[in-house]
This record gives sequence, C-alpha cells and structure tokens, in this order.
Amino acid sequence: MKLTVNNLSFGYAGGSILKNVDLNVGLGELVAIVGPNGSGKSTLLKCINRILKTKPNSILIDGQDTSKLTIKELSKLMGYVPQTSISAFPFTVFDVVMMGRKPYVHWSIGERDNDIVFQMMTLLGIDHLAMRQFSELSGGEQQKVIVARALAQQPQILLLDEPTSSLDIRHQLEILCILKGLTQSKGHAVIVSIHDLNLASRFCDKLFMLKRGCIYAMGTPEEVLTAQNIEAVYGIKADVSTSITGKPVVMPLVSDFNDFTSKVSFFFEEKELKA
Amino acid sequence: MTTTTTTTTTADLKTLYGKGKKRKLLVIFAIFLALIATILFSLSFGASSPRLGEALTVIFSKAFPFLNIGPASPLAVTIIWTIRLPRIVMALIAGAGLATAGATMQGILRNPLVSSYILGISSAAGFGAALAIVFGVSIATLAGYLVIGNAFVFCLIAMIIVYSIARIRGMSSESVILAGVAVGFLFSALLSLMQYIAPEKNAVSAIVFWLMGGLYTASWHNLLICFPIVAVAILLMMTQAWNINVLSMGEEVATSLGVNSKRVLSINMILETVATASIISFTGIIGFVDLIAPHISRMLIGNDHRYLIPCSALMGALMLLAADTVGRLIIMPTELPVGIVTSLLGVPFFIYLLIRKRRQHFS
Repeated sequence: MKLTVNNLSFGYAGGSILKNVDLNVGLGELVAIVGPNGSGKSTLLKCINRILKTKPNSILIDGQDTSKLTIKELSKLMGYVPQTSISAFPFTVFDVVMMGRKPYVHWSIGERDNDIVFQMMTLLGIDHLAMRQFSELSGGEQQKVIVARALAQQPQILLLDEPTSSLDIRHQLEILCILKGLTQSKGHAVIVSIHDLNLASRFCDKLFMLKRGCIYAMGTPEEVLTAQNIEAVYGIKADVSTSITGKPVVMPLVSDFNDFTSKVSFFFEEKELKA
Repeated sequence: MTTTTTTTTTADLKTLYGKGKKRKLLVIFAIFLALIATILFSLSFGASSPRLGEALTVIFSKAFPFLNIGPASPLAVTIIWTIRLPRIVMALIAGAGLATAGATMQGILRNPLVSSYILGISSAAGFGAALAIVFGVSIATLAGYLVIGNAFVFCLIAMIIVYSIARIRGMSSESVILAGVAVGFLFSALLSLMQYIAPEKNAVSAIVFWLMGGLYTASWHNLLICFPIVAVAILLMMTQAWNINVLSMGEEVATSLGVNSKRVLSINMILETVATASIISFTGIIGFVDLIAPHISRMLIGNDHRYLIPCSALMGALMLLAADTVGRLIIMPTELPVGIVTSLLGVPFFIYLLIRKRRQHFS
C-alpha cells in the first residue's frame, strides 16, 4: 500500500493554504509532518482523507485516484484521528470504538465486529475502560480510544492530527510506540502531524517540513532537522545535536526572544508611571 | 497504564456488554408493557359508560367479524369504535412520530435543545392554518381538508426556506438551527398579523384553539392519511441510527468513517418535516413530547441511537396517550387540551430524572 500526494494545492476563498505539495508514504513507514502553526499540516491531513475536497488525481493509493472512490470505500482504507474529539452526547468507550466499524455494518453488529472492537481495546490497553463514559476519561485515555476507533476501521493508512499535543510525556511515548508497532508488525502506513520536533526525530522514519503550505524539506530526521532548516521555517535559532539515541535533538535558543521579555517589562513599567 | 493489574478478559467484557444490551431491551419492553396498559385503561374510561370488557368485545367483533363474538350495543360500538379508539391510535402515532423526529434532529444537529419544531415548522403550520381559518384561502385544498392541507404545505415551505439558507452556508448544523429560528420568527410574526387583522372574533378564537393542539379531531378518516405517512417516516428515521451515532462525533469524523454528513442531514430534514407536518396539520401544535421524550429515553438507556430512537418512539406514544387520557378524565365531561397536560405531568417527572441521575446524559 503506497500513498502518493501528487501536486496538491488547496485553498479557501481567502487564499491558498497548500501549494504544489508532493509526498510519498510507503508500506510500514511512520511519517511526520512538521511545521509552524498555520503552515497547513492539519489541512494536508484532511485533504488526504478527503474531508476537504481536492482536485482529482491529487491523492493516489497504489496509483489509484482516491477521488474515484466513495467515502465509504475510502474509510475502509484510511483511518483518521482528529486533534480533539468531543462527543455531542455521552457514549461509552465501547460505543465510540464500535463507530469504527461503521463502514462495515448496516444495522446489527456481528460477532466479528465485537471481536475486532475488543481486540483493539485490548491492544491499546483500554479494555478496562470499555463501559466508562468517553467524556469522563483523561486526555490520554481519550486519545487511545480514538486511535482504537480508527484501528477498528481496519485501515491500511492511519492519519493522526497532533496526537500528542495535549498529552503528558508518558502518554506521548505510549501513543508513538503503539504507532511504531503498527508500522513494524502490521505494515500500516502512519502519518502524524506533530509539533514536537524531538518526538518526530525519535520515532519517525521520514519527516516532511511545511512552510506556508509548501514542502520546505523532506527526508530522514538527520536530513530535515538542521539548524538552517529550523531557522528558515520557524524563524528561530536552534542548536541541533545528536542525542544518546543516535537521533538529532533540537534545542531552541532563546536569545532572540530577550527582546520580547524586555518589551513586556517596559510596557508595564510605563503603565505604572502613568497611574 | 494499569493493564497489568486489571483482571478483565475479553470474555468478561463481552458478558458485561451483553448485560448492558439486555438491560436496554428490558427497558424498552417495560415501556411497551406500560403502553399496552395505558391503551387498555384509556379504552375503558371516558365520559360515558362502556368499560374494558365491552370495549374489547367491540374491537374484536370489528377486527375479526368472522369470529362472531357476539353483539355489542350500538352505543358502545359508536363510543369505542368511532370515538375512543381512533383517538388512542392518533395519540400513539402522533406521540411516536413527534418523539422520533425530536430524537433524530437532536442527534443530527448535535444539540439537546432541538425539538421537532426546530425548522420553524410550528409557526409555519400555525400561519397556514390561520390563513385558511381567517380567509378560507388555502394553497392545497385536498377534498375539504382546507386547514389541514394549508398547515401541511406551509410546513414544507418553511423547511425549503431553511434548507436553502443552510445550503448556502454549507449545511452546517449551526446554520440549520439559526435559519430555523429565523424562519420560525418570521412565520410567528405573520401568524400574529393574521390574528390582529382577522375580521371576526370567532376566527381569532378558532386560531387560538387550533394552536393549543388536541386529539379531539381524530377519526379513522384522518388516520387513513396520517398513519401510513408517519409510520413510514418513523421506520426510515430508525434506519439512520448508525449515521446519527457517528455524526455526534462531528462532521469531519463522520466523513472519515464514510458517512456523508450533508446528505444525512438533508434526508433527515425531509423525513422529520414530513412526519411532524403530517401530525400537526391534524392535531395542531403539540409541544413538549418531541423535546422531552427523547431526553427521558437518553437518561434511561443511553445515547446509542439504535436503541434510543425506538425507545423514544414508545416513550412519546406513552406520554401523549397518558396525557390525553388524563386530560379527558380529569374534569369530565369537558376536557383539558393535551398540550397543557403533557407539560404539567411531564415537567416534574423530567426534573426528577434530571436531579436523580448523577451521570451527565447530554452536554
């Protein structure tokens, strides 16, 4: 299973968000999309999953144009984990994971659907939460439930929009280890958008760095996470060194921002003088 | 996490889940039994004499003439067969239809305050009826159904306006709700205008009476039109259960699970308008059941719409029939309009459930 994004451009009436994006993700690859806020990471994931409509022939799976598939057919190939999940009405964890079976069931749930749902909950270590209300869980637990729902779709490709941004360090590692395991043992292709460059470096095979809707750099963590690239894309100076894991580690330097600190102090001092 | 300390196995989970499912079915069955009991009670009591035994004789002799069950008095036949029974059937179908429409619209628009009148239907129906009452003008005069036809057509007009506005705004649930509220205000202003300029006092009180709603107009003749339409709409709305479940996680998630949210919304807008309009054109505006029956059901069996929609339908039928029966009996020989009784009885029960249930059932 190979995902190809081919010269993808997307924009709302106000202006373009993605410009001529090309990317390839192969079997068993864990891929990160990094870039500043507003660079188009989430939009790219939504375009790939056809939540946002794109021109024909811009998203291909094994060379086949996905715009020719129905969204139901696509939902059997691709799972999506949104940045935040809020349910309008309370559902149990089991019910939420069962929603992942929607592409396969019409009305009644079969024994096979039940088995898959229980398997996925066990895989993610949330089986003991099965009958709890989804809305009562912690952020980390909720994220695992949503990943389990996406896996219940039995997709080949998994898209996750900032799956770690609201999690503590332990849950961040857990989620990424699970994703890594899926690529290694099940051969899934997994694409995450992620802010934490060090997590991306540590876990992902390939990085795509977005700058204002264009791919600025792509390749292995070593190739993408350089001081020059980070300065060009984020506008900050950073020290990049090799960590004990052998992967690059990014340490931003704050000297650039001393200006901000002095500006804020100046602003408040002036106010006090007037008062 | 604490996966190592938990002792639950997949088998345990399945029994646990099985128990939950059984409990839901039991609740639905209990409501069904209560409904049967209410039907029998309602058949047996009224301003005139026939009681349960006689009522059943009439029904069986009418339904199965070949059984030769024995003659019932002509008076009993008239009271049971042409007065009480059609009214009970009307209460059942109206309650079920309004509650189902309310439950699906709450689910699809992801808003617990939504009722089946969210698309401005009630004011539109009121205006349509008023137009026919005051001026004798109707755009759909179906064989003497002047008021009914006009009320129905104006419901459809309201829905089409709401749909067109929402369509421009991308069919988001917010746009449907806001357009519905706006259209509702428009028609209620027109309705007030109708009452203000009505040349006769009789016409004004006829409008007020119509707006209050009631089941006294029920007849087999009316049911012949109303029942099949509403029954089919209810069944079609039930088939939307999975779509509604998935939609409650948001439109984007629904798309990623293969559900076309805009199409689901459009289909359900049409279904719920047809169901609601078919009911209220005959009965006038019956409020409250469509909002509260789904919520009581949510509290009793949760939010899985595969169970919630049938449960709401039964609950709506039960509530409306119980209210109408009480309304008929409480100040005999006159009666209280059903809308007043549903609120007076339903609100305390709803508040009790709201306080007693610790868990939050809608956010």
